[in-house]
Amino acid sequence: MRTLYLALKYLAVTLWSGFVIFPFLWMLTTSFKTANGVTGGATWLPWLQYQPSLGGWQSLFGGAGGVNIVRPYLNSLVVTLSGSAIALILGTLAAYGLSRFSFRAGPIRNGDITFFFISQRIMPPIVLAIPFFLMLRWLGLLDSLPGLILIYVALLMPIAVWVMVDFFNTIPRGLDEMAWMDGCPPVTTFLRVILPNVMPGLVVAGMFCLIFGWNDFFFAFTLTFTKTQLLPVSIVALNSSVTPWWALSAAAIVSVAPLAVLAFVVERFLSRGGLAGAVR
Amino acid sequence: MLVLRDLSLTEGGVPHLAAVSVDAEPGRMTTLLGRTGAGKTTLLRAVAGLVQPQSGQISLAGADWSRLPPWRRPVAMVTQQFINYPHLSVLDNVAFPLIRRGEPREAAREAAAAILGRVGLAQMTGRRPAALSGGQQQRVAIARALVKRAPVLLLDEPFVNLDYKLREGLREELAELLRSQSDTVVLYATTDPREALQMGDCTVLMAEGRVLQAGPPRAVFGAPATLEAARVVNDPPINLLAAEITQSGLVLDHLGPQSAGATGRALPPGRYTLGLRAEDIRSGGPLPARVALTEVSGSETVTHLMAGGQPLVMLERAVTDHRLGSELGLMLDLGKALVFGADGALIPKGASHG
Repeated sequence: MRTLYLALKYLAVTLWSGFVIFPFLWMLTTSFKTANGVTGGATWLPWLQYQPSLGGWQSLFGGAGGVNIVRPYLNSLVVTLSGSAIALILGTLAAYGLSRFSFRAGPIRNGDITFFFISQRIMPPIVLAIPFFLMLRWLGLLDSLPGLILIYVALLMPIAVWVMVDFFNTIPRGLDEMAWMDGCPPVTTFLRVILPNVMPGLVVAGMFCLIFGWNDFFFAFTLTFTKTQLLPVSIVALNSSVTPWWALSAAAIVSVAPLAVLAFVVERFLSRGGLAGAVR
Repeated sequence: MLVLRDLSLTEGGVPHLAAVSVDAEPGRMTTLLGRTGAGKTTLLRAVAGLVQPQSGQISLAGADWSRLPPWRRPVAMVTQQFINYPHLSVLDNVAFPLIRRGEPREAAREAAAAILGRVGLAQMTGRRPAALSGGQQQRVAIARALVKRAPVLLLDEPFVNLDYKLREGLREELAELLRSQSDTVVLYATTDPREALQMGDCTVLMAEGRVLQAGPPRAVFGAPATLEAARVVNDPPINLLAAEITQSGLVLDHLGPQSAGATGRALPPGRYTLGLRAEDIRSGGPLPARVALTEVSGSETVTHLMAGGQPLVMLERAVTDHRLGSELGLMLDLGKALVFGADGALIPKGASHG
């Protein structure tokens, strides 16, 4: 019975692994193919039987028919990391305030304020595009990295607030009060006592911010012209009358790489017991 | 001396503290005894600065604390919940207040290790609080409170969430530990009259945010000043018997005429309430009563009975098995009854009233 259970378990894991890995394998092999390799088909082994070529990869760095993605890649890193970091700092502070203090303005309470933050993400992005465009133009920050960072902070902060409010709510107020009585003023209490106990929340919120920021195409596209370009926009720019699957596959691998590294690091952190130590 | 004067706090129309005044001396444990909602925790939180009374004054050795924030008040507190810093080891938990106070890390850790040895956690210093049992977690909290040697130590029902045996053990350990801190004012909140009697040097009875009575434990227990105070200090609950003294003698409302000198004192005619403790009712007497509920606690039995429409509670220092619904004959030792006048105030023995 146990053997059968183990066999079924390993079968399920194998099938799932195949399901997850297969697209990456497909992408990887396609990135080394030529036009003929992609459209011609193979006789026996579709992912092995082809003539390897570096053409797809070369086109990412200004090769024939391609674009140079180095600058957009660095831009994306700067905008995503800065936007996520600022959103995480501001969002965490806002979430701590919403978790620990009672705000009241007419019928509005803490829950409503939290919802106002989240409601930004409920609206379709197009609703925000025009106001953002006008605001950045007024600030003279259209088509610039600071402008994009500003917009990403606005887009990512609701995620940080949403995640962190829940995490702060799991920490009893008694812990803040104990820290006060042990001689910590409120800011020290927040930094020395509360923050270390919501590290898993910070990791999760940070991960969401990085993923949403890195993957954004819409605002990167609508708020920039020629001077500043982010990676998703430059990948789309690879497209032409003939879809260059080999170059797009190489770009997709390059684009997915940071998120794969992030997932690996976060998984290791969370499985190491980052969530342990709840207050009894 | 810690002096609390006329502390009042009302929230949403509910008085949590109503002109509370308490004097607590160093080296003595002052127990705040009252039921849940009596205002004990609020009073401790006011002393710690966690709530701000709307009026009144808190001072220690003449220095006014009323406007100091909690992090500037030299207090230590242990609460009902086992509150420790989850991200720190047991040793660092206890050293934390000393390090925050600016003591060198190594010296703080040495002091923490010493006090952890005294509370029996010398082997657990490297663990996180979550890896400890409830009793051990509360010992960490107690150690952290004691290591500061704060002039004011606030203990808010620290053992209420522990099992009976552990509670007994920790109570004795705490009393032992506090003996070495003779310059500390200790306020100990409890709902358990026996704990107050056992641990306190001074008992403050509280109800609905008010102080009902304060004094040495035996005086407070022996002579609760009012009916309300008598209810608070007695567990099992005191039996309150409505009575009338007429020219012909004592008549209990539900139990009928009693012998003229049953209370052992001469009282003028009028309405009274007799407070008869549960241990002053015995089985084997002439008064018929039906068993409504029997609770065995340790080596004692508390039996709830109904006698002629009068609910009664009897305490026996033995484990007995009174069947539900069975009939018992009771003996009321009315000579030991506390007598309260129509205004609810105690009429002391030997005093004339009316």
